[in-house]
Amino acid sequence: MAFFEHLIAAVVIAVAAPALSAIVFPFAVRRLSGFMSDRLGPNRVGPAGLLQPMADFLKLLLKEDITPDRSDRLLFMLAPVIAFITPVLAISIIPFSQGFTIANLNVGLVYVVAFGSFTVLGILLAGWASHNKYSLLGGLRSVAQMVSYEVPMILNIIIIAMLVGSLSLNNVVGAQGRVWFIAVQPLAFVVFIIAGMAELNRTPFDLPEAESELVGGYMTEYGGMRFGFFYGLVEWGNATIWSLTGATLFLGGWRGPFAGSPGWLILKVLVLVFVVIWFFSTFPRLQIDQLMNFAWKVLIPLSLVNLGVTGLLIILLPNNFLPPVAAFSWVSVIAFILLFQPVLKKSLIHKRLRRAAA
Amino acid sequence: MVLNMGPQHPSTHGVLRLVLHLDGELIVSVDPQLGYLHRGFEKLAENRTYMQFFSMLSRLDYLAGYFMEWAYVRAIEDLMEIEPPPRAEYLRVIAGELNRIISHHMAIGDYLLNLGAVTPVLWTFRDREEVLDLLELLTGQRMMYNFARVGGVRYDLPDGFEEQCRKFLKRFPAMIDEYEQLITGNEIFLARSLGMGVISPEQALDFGLSGPNLRASGVPVDLRRHNPYSVYPELDFEIPAGANGDSFDRYKCRVEEMRQSVRIIGQALDALPGGPVNMRIPPMLRPPAGESFAAVETGRGEWSNYLVSDGSLRPFRLKLRDSCFVAISTLPKILPGNKMADVVGITGSLDLIMGAVDR
Repeated sequence: MAFFEHLIAAVVIAVAAPALSAIVFPFAVRRLSGFMSDRLGPNRVGPAGLLQPMADFLKLLLKEDITPDRSDRLLFMLAPVIAFITPVLAISIIPFSQGFTIANLNVGLVYVVAFGSFTVLGILLAGWASHNKYSLLGGLRSVAQMVSYEVPMILNIIIIAMLVGSLSLNNVVGAQGRVWFIAVQPLAFVVFIIAGMAELNRTPFDLPEAESELVGGYMTEYGGMRFGFFYGLVEWGNATIWSLTGATLFLGGWRGPFAGSPGWLILKVLVLVFVVIWFFSTFPRLQIDQLMNFAWKVLIPLSLVNLGVTGLLIILLPNNFLPPVAAFSWVSVIAFILLFQPVLKKSLIHKRLRRAAA
Repeated sequence: MVLNMGPQHPSTHGVLRLVLHLDGELIVSVDPQLGYLHRGFEKLAENRTYMQFFSMLSRLDYLAGYFMEWAYVRAIEDLMEIEPPPRAEYLRVIAGELNRIISHHMAIGDYLLNLGAVTPVLWTFRDREEVLDLLELLTGQRMMYNFARVGGVRYDLPDGFEEQCRKFLKRFPAMIDEYEQLITGNEIFLARSLGMGVISPEQALDFGLSGPNLRASGVPVDLRRHNPYSVYPELDFEIPAGANGDSFDRYKCRVEEMRQSVRIIGQALDALPGGPVNMRIPPMLRPPAGESFAAVETGRGEWSNYLVSDGSLRPFRLKLRDSCFVAISTLPKILPGNKMADVVGITGSLDLIMGAVDR
């Protein structure tokens, strides 16, 4: 009996979470970015516009399903599905509260990373199969970007795994009983947020779909519900997975004041999604070479140093390594924030003068 | 890879078509293709009476249509050797500077939207709406004004305009600060604009650029100062200029010009003389045979027209010249070597408007 209850809960969560996120988050992004840019956002359909995403999805479902003439039909139809399946699968190992996990894998972190990088396949297929130059450019950009940013992401997940001494997400939450890892490893958290934006193709790293350059990027040729798949389910499904992972790794998962519950986890997810929306309303977009430079010249060396020092401290002080790790991480994150802007500005101005002279 | 960017593309500002030769993300060469919005304005002018053609002028540069009317009536006034009353000149300046502000609003907002920032364009549109309200009060129209008249302007100031305008002028500098706070110091914006699309002063002069695009290259030439017309000599304002001629300087020039426009409107309202705003002219204009040339400094540069009259009811020839056409001709020179993303970045910073390019 318990098995069936478990199965039903698993199916409901795995299907409902991405679907709900695809309905709630686009609405949130519109209303919040509307608020930030001093306008209203959709407020006509239903109370306060709450039914707007429903109306949009209904419209997309009723639209004609078009495949471009010279596209690779099979891949074109398969691409959104491949991209969508990954968040559904990845959600199964997130611990929602004490003992409430769909599957308690002992290699949970590896599983999350593996399925996180699967999305890029769907996007590349979409870009390739559409037979459109903008789509192709978008697909290529997304591969370069997501593969590059996977590296700092994984390096920082390894740091957490080292602190915990386990790859199971349940143990990660268990280890954060006294202090959340954001307080121990703020540097890793900052890199995780930045790399996450790139993984999710969100501003300022939304190059694969840069609408002002590439029209719609890899989804230029998609219409109707296939577009809905990419726009709603893939993007926001992945954002949900990313926020769930982030909340579990750094913000203590389902832990919270009074009693641990899924409610705390959802609250933390909403906070992280708010950060995504906040970035969306604030930043312009990077250029592809600047994006790659930032990953390989800034984020990866930074993560490697962090990884090395953290590992060294864990070996040297096996019994009480949290305080020195926290001290190192706090010092380096503050140094990073203080130094990054002046150094960058200096190099930019140098480049500008060189160009103006040429 | 050859990529046809436009004429239908979200950020080619209308119907500009660029044939890009790409090597991966790198631009090898650019070939701008024009003419998708050609309506034959110059020929249409020859088949209409002077005032019939008048209402078409603001469809050229539709974001700041008043400047076209201004240049046109100045050309006719030169031919007829009349001078409008001083109050009319001040009203013309006020309408012109309000137009310059909305023109720069669009320029800045669209440029940043091209770079992927979504909020600034909405903020500039919010404030643009206030200026459009003022213009509606003054001229009765939000965009296609038909405000200038040969020998003056159409209407005197309406009740409450001065008050509302002064209120706006008081608030507006703080709004400009708000845009600057949001974006000017942003590292990503700096990385996308510093040293991008550099036009040297010599190049700018060789191409014949004008307006903010020329001043950003470090050539502080402004018709309002260097070929003064209307009452500009009596007004005190500065001409902001850049030094490096890159996208950032072009952006910065426009922001500073908005501040200067605020100053000019304030002074014009203070110095506004009394008297009539137009004069009696014959209902059917028949300028004497001859030719005249008039140019005004618009938000985008020099707009000029050359008018030939044979003494009949219709212009014999009207030649229009605008500055965006010149700006487009710089693209094949400054774009190659940049990345694909800078096509929209740099064209956005040049502030093109296809309605004026394809006449």
